[in-house]
Amino acid sequence: MSVPPTTSQTVGPFSRIGFSWLYRDQIATLDVPGERVEISGRILDGDGVPVPDGIVEIWQANAQGKYAHPEDTQVKALEAGFRGYGRVPTDGEGRFHFSTIKPGRVPGPNGTFQAPHLEISVFTRGLLRRLITRMYFPDEPSNGEDFALSLVDPARRRTLIARKMDGRTGQLQWDVRLQGEAETVFFDV
Amino acid sequence: MTKVFAYRRCPEGTQPKHLHPAYVSSLKRAPHKPLVYLPHTLSEITGPVFPKEVVDLKACDLTRQHLGEPLGERIVVSGRVIDEDARPVANTLVEIWQANAAGRYLHDGDQHNAPLDPNFTGEGRTLTDSDGRYRFVTVKPGEYPWGNHYNAWRPAHIHFSLFGPAFATRLVTQMYFPGDPLLPFDPIFNCTDDEAARNRLISVFDWATTIPSEALGYQFDIVLNGREATPMETYTREQER
Repeated sequence: MSVPPTTSQTVGPFSRIGFSWLYRDQIATLDVPGERVEISGRILDGDGVPVPDGIVEIWQANAQGKYAHPEDTQVKALEAGFRGYGRVPTDGEGRFHFSTIKPGRVPGPNGTFQAPHLEISVFTRGLLRRLITRMYFPDEPSNGEDFALSLVDPARRRTLIARKMDGRTGQLQWDVRLQGEAETVFFDV
Repeated sequence: MTKVFAYRRCPEGTQPKHLHPAYVSSLKRAPHKPLVYLPHTLSEITGPVFPKEVVDLKACDLTRQHLGEPLGERIVVSGRVIDEDARPVANTLVEIWQANAAGRYLHDGDQHNAPLDPNFTGEGRTLTDSDGRYRFVTVKPGEYPWGNHYNAWRPAHIHFSLFGPAFATRLVTQMYFPGDPLLPFDPIFNCTDDEAARNRLISVFDWATTIPSEALGYQFDIVLNGREATPMETYTREQER
């Protein structure tokens, strides 16, 4: 017997009423080991207009590539305070930002390991379902062998990889474009 | 090799398409390019886990968050969160938000000319119990006008946000009320092709949870993605489908 899953509906324009209590822009506290990164970006609509009512949710592993979840049974250390979850709103200019550590490589298919990545959900008014994407890291050799990136048209892969902001280590920029030439790759999960 | 039990994909028709022109805001925001099918890995079958202490016990009663009582009709909204195999989804976070009884949200962006209620914020949250049950006490939200088209009004609704056990099971939806005359005219409620799927968003009036002399009860069950029966040790696109 199978019960059909509930239909998704938009978060609408007023989601911060329900979401703001759990805003988390620091995913890893300073005592969590790992390469620290600050990520900022914008959500832009089909006209390039900033989306001021967006919510970005982040899910990630720690620096060893272990998730804070009972189904991650890898024998790897997990810091007591690390949950791996973040939620940030966009501001009036469509900007979001958060700080975290670069995650390690987590298992992928066929005994491979995936390149370091953040799992991302995007919610805005106008989206009847959340959009799902991934953010990858620049100058990361394992991007070339990542199984999810390999599913993506090579010309569009760059939409998933953050850019280093000039001369500042650990400062990354990554925009989410909902439509257009440089539309971000979104996944069917 | 890590064994991964993937979550099932939603059956055709049960979910809205991203682009639904009758909902004008989707025109500039729904992606145009096809989504890339992603087989589930450890990244998708894990997801945030929220410990009990994250949620204030009082956060499930939206009528007791201020000094006085909010205006409007008190209601009890309760139900179960289950998966497609009817198994309870225990200890999962449920967040809600809504307009007040006059149809006004406590939000700078809401310019509707209806009064705010100093005794109502409109936010609530709770964790499901071991049987997947949740329960909120609140007031019935009002209908309100919006700018989608001429004389557009949203039916009364409560926003629901759920996590479930994994990144793959995250769901945000809206709960409606039985007999609302605005439902046939609402492009958001009607965004899903399957009529039965739409109608499952309408809560059911319920005597059993109605509190005498106090509050009407509405039941709203929520179904999250179920699990594949066999693990995916080797993925190919064809096998996943």
